[in-house]
Amino acid sequence: MNFTVDGREAFAYTAAHALDPAKPSVVFAHGAGLDHSTFGLQSRYFGYHGRNALALDFPGHGRSEGPPLGSVTEMADWVLRLLDAAKVDKASVVGHSMGSLVALECAARHPERIEKIALLGTAYPMKVTEVFLNAAQENRQDAYDMLNIWGHAAQVALGGNPNPGMWMYGDTLARLARLAPGVLYSDLRACHEYAGGEAAAAKLKCPVLFILGRRDQMTAAKAGLAFAHQVPDAQVVQIAPSGHSLMAESPDATLDALIGLLG
Amino acid sequence: MAAPKYPGFDTLALHAGQSPDPAHGARAVPIYATTSYVFRDSEHAASLFNMERAGHVYSRISNPTVAVLEERMAALEGGVGAIATASGQAALHLAVATLMDAGSHIVASNSLYGGSHNLLGYTLKRFGIDTTFVSPGTPQNFRKAIRPQTRLLFGETLGNPGLEVLDVPAVSEVAHEAGLPLLVDATFTTPYLMQPFAHGADLLYHSATKFLGGHGVAIGGVLVDSGRFDWEKSGKFPQLTAPYAGFHDMDFEEESGTRAFLLRARREGLRDFGACMAPMTAFHILQGIETLHLRMPRHVASTRKIVNFLESNSAVEKVLYPELPGHPDHALAKRLLPKGCGAVFSFDLRGGREAGKRFIESLRVFSHLANVGDAKSLVIHPASTTHYRMSDEDLKKAGIGPGTVRLSVGLEDTEDLIEDLSRSLRAAQK
Repeated sequence: MNFTVDGREAFAYTAAHALDPAKPSVVFAHGAGLDHSTFGLQSRYFGYHGRNALALDFPGHGRSEGPPLGSVTEMADWVLRLLDAAKVDKASVVGHSMGSLVALECAARHPERIEKIALLGTAYPMKVTEVFLNAAQENRQDAYDMLNIWGHAAQVALGGNPNPGMWMYGDTLARLARLAPGVLYSDLRACHEYAGGEAAAAKLKCPVLFILGRRDQMTAAKAGLAFAHQVPDAQVVQIAPSGHSLMAESPDATLDALIGLLG
Repeated sequence: MAAPKYPGFDTLALHAGQSPDPAHGARAVPIYATTSYVFRDSEHAASLFNMERAGHVYSRISNPTVAVLEERMAALEGGVGAIATASGQAALHLAVATLMDAGSHIVASNSLYGGSHNLLGYTLKRFGIDTTFVSPGTPQNFRKAIRPQTRLLFGETLGNPGLEVLDVPAVSEVAHEAGLPLLVDATFTTPYLMQPFAHGADLLYHSATKFLGGHGVAIGGVLVDSGRFDWEKSGKFPQLTAPYAGFHDMDFEEESGTRAFLLRARREGLRDFGACMAPMTAFHILQGIETLHLRMPRHVASTRKIVNFLESNSAVEKVLYPELPGHPDHALAKRLLPKGCGAVFSFDLRGGREAGKRFIESLRVFSHLANVGDAKSLVIHPASTTHYRMSDEDLKKAGIGPGTVRLSVGLEDTEDLIEDLSRSLRAAQK
């Protein structure tokens, strides 16, 4: 479904459903360089189970017009403006990686509108190595390769995709190939420079769920757990076989954890 | 921190797509000989049917053994995924049926396997899908034949029967300028010799019956998608970019982006046309793929020796192999096929049909049959077998001479193969 935010076209996947003001809403916020389809199975489930699902494409990603937003706080405010455009008053936010920081900021900055948040594949601080940032800044292929390889558990290299017939590495590379130059760097820099995690965590008033992959090579589970300990009453679900791409690597376990939070 | 690396081709050929069996730890790919899969409960069943959860429902749509083959081929080709089919022909049909309706048009190379030519030139016509065949040597020929209704450009990486090398980069450029995808039949090259996606192709398929399986024991096909073609931007494929009443009003591109083509091909094509692969077949083909990187260099090395032998034999009029300087696509082959031009090629024997027959009947190691890409060496003489009803004039139009012989070089001792050919060439000239 297309919306207009800040005068630009913005897209959110709604599982082929019109938005119903009587239903609770769930926003899905993707990670760096990716798009709404990373939440394909999970957003579809909620769209068909009594929720307004809004799996968004951040500006400059997927079907949303660019340019990309340069910081996590800008992205969080943009999510709220998208909810305004969609005439959605309150929503829960499920965020993955960069999107998890956005979900956190949404809840901290707009507690009256955010009901619950789920932070998937997260860590704070979310520092990005210099070699990765430099490669992304120069729009080099190895930046996409780093995102792809570190973005999955090591065993994904040899396959075993729960989604029959699909090759996870190939799929991620194909998505990244559609990105405009500079978008990945903008996202990675936003993650790297985000410094509001502790302050945001202290402001949280809503239920918070962390979903962490035990084999995460991008945001190590240990770092995710340390972050979770800063959030009072946070629930944590660790998915043993999964790396950073929880929604693709362990789609059912991820969905079950989200059902546990969102009902 | 150093940049991470992907596994190499040989490792992927052995492992991609498979995790050791979680039930028993089996190292080999288990053969899941089952039609269907038990649901945990009604909710789980509904979620699987509605694509809210990953998994298998019914083996016409997907099967765990077949899925290993699909993922392995996607990994070897650098695609997003693949669908294994009942045959190579079923893979071609699935690609066409996923992208086109009656009224659509294809521009295809005229250097095609006869079965593909039949499908495009005759059978699909009955269903309102028209094909214009063009000589692939000049990429502009494809451009000139494009119409408003064109939905696909198609060719073979190595054509039939003259091993014409498709200029994949140039033809894909023509396709993309017109907002169209390029589909290639990569059977003769396999991902070991060429990875067409790296050269710009959007979709590819194999007759897995040939070098992938490699042992002549199973018929199968694999259709692979690069995930790089932007169906939405093209605007010519409502099959993938508009709600489809046949699957809960799903807009496949919106739903899955890079996976749109395979999603419709599986959820409609396999569901409705049903040309799926059996798990035992997938197992056989996987066994072949595990040694593809060992077999292909040997196939090519033996072929080179045999080509050289035939070139210098007085009973042979002409050898068609792109590594020979006289082949029209020699320079292109050097650029696109540096590891070799495969192991299937044709040569023209002096003495016409009768010489061809005598030659074939004298061979002892080469098997006379209608297949290629086997570990065993194979031979066929089109003028006395597959094309025996055609006049010499009609044969010429098809690029086949009365003395044309097609060889598929296997993995036997090369010296034995050359000895077999040498003796039979002498017999043919008597």
